[in-house]
Amino acid sequence: MNWRGIRAIIRKDLMVVTRSRNTMLAMIVVPLLFTVALPAGMILLSSSQDMLDEFSPDGDMALFFNNLPASINDELSAFPQPNQQIIILLTMYLFAPMFLILPMMTSSILAADSFAGEKDRKTLEALIYTPLTDAEIFIAKLLSSFVPALLVSLLGGLAYGLVVNTVAAPIMGRIFFPNLTWVALIFWVAPAAAALGLGAVVLVSSRVNSAQEANQLSGLIVVPLVLLVIGQLGGVVYLSAGVVFSIGFVFWLLGAALLWYGARTFKRGELLARL
Amino acid sequence: MQNAVISARELTRTFGDKAAVNRLTLDVLRGEIFGFLGHNGAGKTTTVRLLNGVLAFSGGSATVLGLSPAADGPALRRRTGVLTETPSLDERLNARDNLTIYAEVYDVPRDQVNRRVDEILGLFDLADRSKERVGGFSKGMKQRLALARALLHRPEILFLDEPTAGLDPQAARQVRDLITHFSRQEGHTVFMCTHNLVEAQRLCDRVGVMEHGRLLAVGTPVELARQLGSRARVEIEVAAEHVQRADSLLRSLTADVSVEHDTFMIGGVEREFVPRALAALVNAGVMVYRVAPAEPSLEDVYFALHERNETS
Repeated sequence: MNWRGIRAIIRKDLMVVTRSRNTMLAMIVVPLLFTVALPAGMILLSSSQDMLDEFSPDGDMALFFNNLPASINDELSAFPQPNQQIIILLTMYLFAPMFLILPMMTSSILAADSFAGEKDRKTLEALIYTPLTDAEIFIAKLLSSFVPALLVSLLGGLAYGLVVNTVAAPIMGRIFFPNLTWVALIFWVAPAAAALGLGAVVLVSSRVNSAQEANQLSGLIVVPLVLLVIGQLGGVVYLSAGVVFSIGFVFWLLGAALLWYGARTFKRGELLARL
Repeated sequence: MQNAVISARELTRTFGDKAAVNRLTLDVLRGEIFGFLGHNGAGKTTTVRLLNGVLAFSGGSATVLGLSPAADGPALRRRTGVLTETPSLDERLNARDNLTIYAEVYDVPRDQVNRRVDEILGLFDLADRSKERVGGFSKGMKQRLALARALLHRPEILFLDEPTAGLDPQAARQVRDLITHFSRQEGHTVFMCTHNLVEAQRLCDRVGVMEHGRLLAVGTPVELARQLGSRARVEIEVAAEHVQRADSLLRSLTADVSVEHDTFMIGGVEREFVPRALAALVNAGVMVYRVAPAEPSLEDVYFALHERNETS
């Protein structure tokens, strides 16, 4: 395996993507929104009368409270104040699926730029004439998308933890983040979500002619995360540690299947024929 | 053939029912500039892809530098350089980064990368623009940079696909000079796809002419003319005051006569025509200053080959 060549392609892809203002804007703004701005804003609003009314037995969020499983009720009972319970529900459960958007989005944006973007920029032919094998090019492209996605989710998790613990400190009186669910989310499900986003882009990239098309098509992959948000709000599913492990397992399976198929169909001759 | 660095035998590649390359048999010799001529879609680019092992053969065989493109693609591509029709450069990166990354990919020794990049940037007159984004370069500069990248790892064979297409005359000349330099002074073999016949005539030692995936002929332009049985052309320069007399005399001997100022161009004649015409002119008192046989141009040969192929 030509690791020197693989590292060079990874470096090239990262240099190319960091010089795209639009891509970098998306990669900075969305994580800041999901890990800093939104959680901080919601925590600050948790003590407002409107929020307390929403979560009261007559409020719109009553269904959510009424359907909570025993394990979550036990967790909430450690926090006697209503605004403390709201903070736990928001930061530990409702924001969890949104956090998963980060690795999925990062890996799919980078992969679209790396795989389909080569066609866009008309740089694929030079790459194809290099001494790298098909497998080496494929691995370089995967790593240049997957590793940054992992970094974004780790840094995002860290930022999220700092923000929620700091902003909620006057209300909670102690450090409460992370719990087991979030540890699993950051170290088990986030990499799986990155792999799934990556697999989806690899699958569509060979069939489209631009990074934009690849992004649009692979964007459908976030639909399960949106369903998770809705499912939690409707009281259908809760991201307990067990559920999170299961979701991670399913994501890994799907991601691995898509990547395996992508690797089998990644042939330089086929890519050239589509130029 | 001895000393051949590229040997193809019955090499074939089909896409569906269409044969992009059809039973190509060809040898390219070490150190020569070989021109691969043909219209768009003749199969030139597909041949380059087959010879570099990036496309699989549908039939036949080939060796390049003693290696099989089908089985030894990565090892072979380490020893070849390819300039594609579009420069294929990362325009968001600067010139130096474009070269450095490919030096790593081609496994140029680590301690030589910076020196090699500096040298080639200087040679291609790009040193003072090396930190600028390639997106801001002119077409000629991009082509020079792409050629620099193709030569960075010192390939034994350089494949060029329409190297001067779309360039202004000055940029085209610079690129041609660089190709000549690397072939004549550094001993690289050059395999050049082009439909620029003037350029091919100027640069190439031998040419092959392709049409619809088939190789119609291969050789020097003179050899090809002989194969085709092309007749000679002769230029005769006479005294200005004798042009009219010479004109009527020459037209009485042959039909294909044209005149520019005091020089006659006579085409489609046998060798024996020359002494006969000269004797007639001298006997008629025409002052003859110069008689020069003209080699058939590559363009003559090219169109004659296509014409012959169409009629057959």
